[in-house]
Amino acid sequence: MHPHTDREDELSRTKLLRDDTKFASGKMAFFQYLMMGFFLFLLTGFWDLQIRNPELYQERALQNSIKSIPVLAPRGKILDRDGRVIVDNHSSFSLFLSRENLKMEHLKPIADGLSLDYDALVARVKRFQSRGAPQYEPIMIRDELTPAELAFVESHKDPDTFPELEVIHVQRRLYPKDGLAAHTIGFVGEVSETELNSPEYANFHQGDVIGKDGLERQYNDILMGVDGQRRVEVDSFGNERRVLEEDKEAVSGKNLQLTIDLDLQAVAELAMENRRGAVVALDPRNGEVLAMVSRPAFDPNLFAGRIRTKDWKSLTENPDHPLMNRAVQAQLAPGSTFKPLMSLAGLETGVIDDHFIVNCAGGATFYGHFFKCDAHHGAMDLHKGIVHSCDVFFYTVGNRLNIDRIWQYADLVGLGHKTGIDLPHEAEGLVPSSKWKIRTFRDKWYAGETISVAIGQGATMVTPIQLASYIGSIAVGGVRYQPHLVKDATGLPAPRRYDSVNPENLQKIVYGMYGVVNEGGTGGRAQIPGIQVCGKTGTAQLASNDVLKGTAAGKNMKDNSWFVGFAPMDAPEIVVVALFEGGTWGALAAPIVRDVLKAHFDKKARLGLPRPQMASIPPILFQRPGEAKPAAQ
Amino acid sequence: MNAYRSLRDFDWLMFVLAIAICALGVLQIFSATHDTSLTDVWWKQVVWIVAGFIAMWVATVIDYHTLLAQTPLLYGLSVLTLIATFAIGMTAFHSRRWIGTPGFHLQVSEFVKLVLVLLVARYMTGLKRQQLELLDLLKLGGLIGLPMALVMIQPDLGTALTYLPIVGAGIFLAGLRWQYAVAIVVIVALVMPLGYFFVLKDYQRGRVVDFLDANRDPKGTGYQVIQSKIAVGSGALWGKGVTKGTQTQGRFLPVAYKDFIFSAFAEEHGFVGVIVLLGLYFLLFMQIVQNAQTAPDRAGMYICMGIASVLLFHLVVNVGMVVGRMPVTGIPLPLMSYGGSNMLAVFMMLGLVNNVRLRRFVN
Repeated sequence: MHPHTDREDELSRTKLLRDDTKFASGKMAFFQYLMMGFFLFLLTGFWDLQIRNPELYQERALQNSIKSIPVLAPRGKILDRDGRVIVDNHSSFSLFLSRENLKMEHLKPIADGLSLDYDALVARVKRFQSRGAPQYEPIMIRDELTPAELAFVESHKDPDTFPELEVIHVQRRLYPKDGLAAHTIGFVGEVSETELNSPEYANFHQGDVIGKDGLERQYNDILMGVDGQRRVEVDSFGNERRVLEEDKEAVSGKNLQLTIDLDLQAVAELAMENRRGAVVALDPRNGEVLAMVSRPAFDPNLFAGRIRTKDWKSLTENPDHPLMNRAVQAQLAPGSTFKPLMSLAGLETGVIDDHFIVNCAGGATFYGHFFKCDAHHGAMDLHKGIVHSCDVFFYTVGNRLNIDRIWQYADLVGLGHKTGIDLPHEAEGLVPSSKWKIRTFRDKWYAGETISVAIGQGATMVTPIQLASYIGSIAVGGVRYQPHLVKDATGLPAPRRYDSVNPENLQKIVYGMYGVVNEGGTGGRAQIPGIQVCGKTGTAQLASNDVLKGTAAGKNMKDNSWFVGFAPMDAPEIVVVALFEGGTWGALAAPIVRDVLKAHFDKKARLGLPRPQMASIPPILFQRPGEAKPAAQ
Repeated sequence: MNAYRSLRDFDWLMFVLAIAICALGVLQIFSATHDTSLTDVWWKQVVWIVAGFIAMWVATVIDYHTLLAQTPLLYGLSVLTLIATFAIGMTAFHSRRWIGTPGFHLQVSEFVKLVLVLLVARYMTGLKRQQLELLDLLKLGGLIGLPMALVMIQPDLGTALTYLPIVGAGIFLAGLRWQYAVAIVVIVALVMPLGYFFVLKDYQRGRVVDFLDANRDPKGTGYQVIQSKIAVGSGALWGKGVTKGTQTQGRFLPVAYKDFIFSAFAEEHGFVGVIVLLGLYFLLFMQIVQNAQTAPDRAGMYICMGIASVLLFHLVVNVGMVVGRMPVTGIPLPLMSYGGSNMLAVFMMLGLVNNVRLRRFVN
């Protein structure tokens, strides 16, 4: 390199030292373009969001701010015949998980905080999701929040912790204490997965609380209201900003007035305290059920929300089946309470009459078998046979009748059929017949089998409600009204009139039942001074054959006591059946019936109501049948 | 230096643009806070804006050559104050970046930007060679790196990063051998992953990850971005109207009167509003660059360009974050976000630009 060029180079460098900005003008122009590029970059960002798919973000903005809060309609109350509240509602707080902002990973801490079963909670949430229920339908996860749980929720429902928590004020079912009328009323519960899959429940949604049993189930449509919904705009803290217009009001369920009389119900419950069995009180003139008890009972309040697994297990695994409504579901041998029917069949078919007498020597032999009786009753006519419940007399009647004629009259008074009472799961009972034998056992009926049926044993099974209905129909002179629990019930079938039956025969049976209570018969414990109580005891053997009696299990099987009574004799207005399981002796059920009858008449006296006038049967003349003809004839 | 400066020479266009942006900002702050506990914040912002005018006037009248002459002193003061922030600083939002003075708090790191603009301008003006040598880069790196490190450990990564475009613009204008340019790119590419694992704190690392996948943690910073995008997108073409934005009003949008104010604005004013607002910023920045182009000397040019680039950086990072195209850094939007320090600093920057402009016919 030449020195000259070195100098030139030096010059060009010093030239740079001159303070002007020309050298950078290109770069500044470049900066301007760069800036423009950045602005375009930002603008495309807005273009993407605001112009290309604003709907997506508008929808998400709505999801953010619009929250649906269910307004749960209270169920209708259940009232007794006098309008007193049996089933009420009470305010409580339920915890819901809003599904709009639900995070599965929050479930663990929520379950821990509220001591819920985590796996059950997850399963529950999954079930809701799999059902494809609308997003805005929240999931109830805990009811009846305690103040401590409420405090936990309130302090964790902010958006940074568990925004899905939502406390909703609900009207929860409040059932009577101590299981009063528990089986009759039934209980509510959340509609189950299986129910939702069946057509009967097509109109229900996941999470709906519906009647599960008893009247709650039978009249669910009336009792259940229509849930409403509030659509509110909320801020990110879950606070409501304003209520949107499309509010759907909740429609409360309608009240249901029952035929149950709380006074009688309470007396009947008390009488059955610590016993197994059932009590049914009917008004035989119209079929209204005045009381219905089944024991052991359960506390329906356990079901009012979601029943805990522990409680459910202890109820279902209890050998006494506390959930079973014995009044309509217990199918047991009627024992001697079958005898009024045998009397009817005997008189109507003419196999016996007033002069028909059987000599009881403590038992009798039929078809090579010895059938025993409780005592040596001696000469028995129909009246005495009923009063002393003489088995030999009725063995003989049964033997003269044959099984199919017994069945015919049992069928007439409604045994072997559901009464049609407005409760779910009613049992049919069973009255054997030769057809039944062939159908069930592919075998013919042997005449010897009729003998035990004649005293209400063998294959014969009745439910307490059937017994009440059948005795009631005899008491009122041959009309059977369908038992029902709801006052002013519409659509009841017409009463069944026993047109072919001679009223005189019915009177004889009624008179016999009067004797049971008042003439030193088996039901003396049902006597009420001043009231003509009629009744019939029954001791139903569980182990009716000798083989079973020899076993250990058979020894533990105590006989069931029955008593069915009605009053007053000349114009029956109440019939009461008591089943005392394991009571061993029919007479022991009589005081239960007496208590209920007495409560009924005491209440009437208290209210100063007149005794009803004669219903459909003429006054009975207190004459021994056969000694003189009744005046009414 | 002593010549009388005519008011006519004042950059009225730039001033009007700034006031227009500020006005939209105040309106948006009002809308975002009108039914919260912060209802009076918009009024405080107005006070800050007026204070900004005064700061701008001060930054205009003192000749920038005088300021450049005092830069070493200012720089020393800045570093000392940043260190002092640790001792007496107040902890807000878990990071010490405020100095408490009676009545209000000042964020020192905001004002350090001004000093760095002057520092870079002074350094570049003093260059004897056509291109920057390695030594220059090391010196500059050290000078910028010290305050950056101090701010970073506050920790305020966002503000620390805003110092980079100042020195970046200076280096770009002064000129750099392409070998060095390549070397810088390579070093940055190598340092970034190292920084990610060793310098960034957990929450900052989370922000980076959130930026790459916003749905990962929708309640963290990813949540903020999602809510911001929902706000912007649902604003659509015309917006939902002032005080009608559900994202803003329902406070789904985080700090809608500060970092995410552009999002709130976009929700309530729509794409049309965005075009207008970005247009205002664009004109403002172009005006600053234009002042750089007409600067009387290199120092003036470096000052204007440094300011243009730091403001552009603020805008791009903040607005980019709002539409999910930048990670969440929490740096304010100049002239709009609520906050006194940034407002004063930005108006002082505009004052410096005016300072340069008023002296363009001196020589």
